Amino acid sequence: MAKELIRLSNCCMSFDDNVVLDNINLYINDQEFLTLLGPSGCGKTTTLRIIGGFQTPTSGEVLFDGEKINDVPPHKRAVNTVFQRYALFPHLNVYENIAFGLRLPKTDPETKKKVKLSEAEIKARVTEMLTAVNLTGFEKRSVTSLSGGQQQRVAIARALVNRPKVLLLDEPLGALDLRLRKDMQNELKRIQKAMGITFIYVTHDQEEALAMSDTVVVMDGGKIQQIGTPEDIYNEPKNAFVADFIGESNIIDGYMRGDGVVEIFNRRFACLDKGFAVNEPVDVVIRPEDVDIVPEAEGQLTGTVTSVTFKGVHYDIIVDFYGFKWLIQTTDLSPVGSRIGIKIDPDGIHVMKKSHYSGMFGDYSSYSEEYEEISDASYDPTEEDEGDSNEET
Amino acid sequence: MSRKNSIGSRLFMGLVFFFLYAPILLLIIFSFNEGTSSAVWKGFSLKWYGELFQDRIIMNSVYTTLIVSVIATLVATVAGTLAAIGFYNMRKSIREPLMTINGIPMMNADIVTGVSLCLLFAAAFGAWNGFVSWMEVNYRLTAPRLYQGFGTLLIAHITFNIPYVILSVMPKLKQMDKHLLDAAQDLGCTWMQAFWKVALPEIKPGIVSGMLIAFTMSIDDFVISYFTAGATSSTLAMTIYSMTKKRVSPEINAISTLLFGAVLVLLILVNVLETRQQKQKKYTD
Repeated sequence: MAKELIRLSNCCMSFDDNVVLDNINLYINDQEFLTLLGPSGCGKTTTLRIIGGFQTPTSGEVLFDGEKINDVPPHKRAVNTVFQRYALFPHLNVYENIAFGLRLPKTDPETKKKVKLSEAEIKARVTEMLTAVNLTGFEKRSVTSLSGGQQQRVAIARALVNRPKVLLLDEPLGALDLRLRKDMQNELKRIQKAMGITFIYVTHDQEEALAMSDTVVVMDGGKIQQIGTPEDIYNEPKNAFVADFIGESNIIDGYMRGDGVVEIFNRRFACLDKGFAVNEPVDVVIRPEDVDIVPEAEGQLTGTVTSVTFKGVHYDIIVDFYGFKWLIQTTDLSPVGSRIGIKIDPDGIHVMKKSHYSGMFGDYSSYSEEYEEISDASYDPTEEDEGDSNEET
Repeated sequence: MSRKNSIGSRLFMGLVFFFLYAPILLLIIFSFNEGTSSAVWKGFSLKWYGELFQDRIIMNSVYTTLIVSVIATLVATVAGTLAAIGFYNMRKSIREPLMTINGIPMMNADIVTGVSLCLLFAAAFGAWNGFVSWMEVNYRLTAPRLYQGFGTLLIAHITFNIPYVILSVMPKLKQMDKHLLDAAQDLGCTWMQAFWKVALPEIKPGIVSGMLIAFTMSIDDFVISYFTAGATSSTLAMTIYSMTKKRVSPEINAISTLLFGAVLVLLILVNVLETRQQKQKKYTD
């Protein structure tokens, strides 16, 4: 079923001396929900703008249905975009915003003549879209009087009414509050399934990416770090950056002592990873929820609890193992200061090759600051404007 | 205590406004005076307004003023808007100095602008006329000689109007969501269509208020016109000035009243437009 629709091959992008994209290779299948995920400044928005036609890569090729489209302007591409802050036209009402694309004369590919849609057809298509995004009855409303969620729906309707092959979404839920965001996630997924078109979605929110996508592309520093299904990305991160960015991870230095055996803190653990050289130094990822707490005497490792935070479903506890602090999620309360033992099943351990991200992430010694950083997912629209020519810096 | 203060400050304010507006009020009152005197009230009459419209020189200069102002405003509005869009698309490091340079003519003394334009025209026309004479002598070819007049007056007005238009369009461009043009192109517009359909409606209030300011400045201008109009054309302000030198006719009161009224109406219009925009913006936020 998977038919390739878009391919970026060896795409590079730089503004002056600032390299924004470094050799991006990516293909996107028809009807796929693909997410570009990464921290601000990682190049995800630039990638989207290249696909949309707003920027031309410095080098490399952009293919659409096998045809090179590097120099095709946005208005001639079969893609439409939902912009960060929706970019609705303030001087037009909801109906006219959605009808905007339909009112423009289109060139018929066969007769080469300009064709204009009839007013009746425009009305039918706009009404159909309004129903699809649950905004029936809002036709005459001014877009500036709508709530964020409603503006969002208008933006989606305005893009989809043109029946694009691909919809590009640039942090579309960034400005909405949490509850609305969850609702819109389901809504978007539903629309994508119903209309059967490709969605390319840009976000810095890993939860959003995991919940919605067929494929997640994790980016950092202008490079693709990993491409895979949400499960792959979470369970088999390729390097310390991906492991840290997606969910919570304890990342510990270790050595492979043979297939299926990894050594950390001078103790050997059984794992499922194979194919490393014997005694190769590696990064070992252990997710906080994969650690079982046992009485001290029965533990594979023993440590001291240094902090406990109640999270509702579970406790987040920080445990000191030989000076290295782990985050463990558990439903059993172990008070601060108590000694505990832990057990890790072989499938709870994931071994990664060393990368230049090694040693940068996965230590919870500075727990509180790290937490602030994580909860600070609030969205700043200015931070993604990588290198626009009229950038306000 | 505070009550006393408030009476004192009100009195002070009253005085300030009295000194500001008493002369104008007096002028308006005496424009309706039956008699010739500017000191003795002889009764209400529209006599001077009537004579005003009979006066060839005044009506000619009113005509010149209107034509110059309208054409200069239109040209400056188009040029200024295009310039503002150009500035907007530049890097900030270039745009900011350019905006400062744009501000200089507005801050500059009119007399400097007037004299410098006058010198420029004189130098350019001198060179051209010299060239024409030389051709006549050597090749028996004739070409028109150029002198300062309506054309130079118009050029001068366009010149000093453009910065006001730029200054009033620029903030509207900056306020505009810069993704709007992207969005329009994304939906199938060429750049030009995107500009007409999306950017223009967004910056229109800025263009209109820039246009009104430019028109007011043109109607109002005396100094720059005086130096660039040459011997053949005369704006209303120039005519009034020359009338005060010969004889103080109450016609001056009448024409000044009309001029004052016209400028007042324009200024009120600009203000109303601006407050309406601000209200709209508040509503949007």
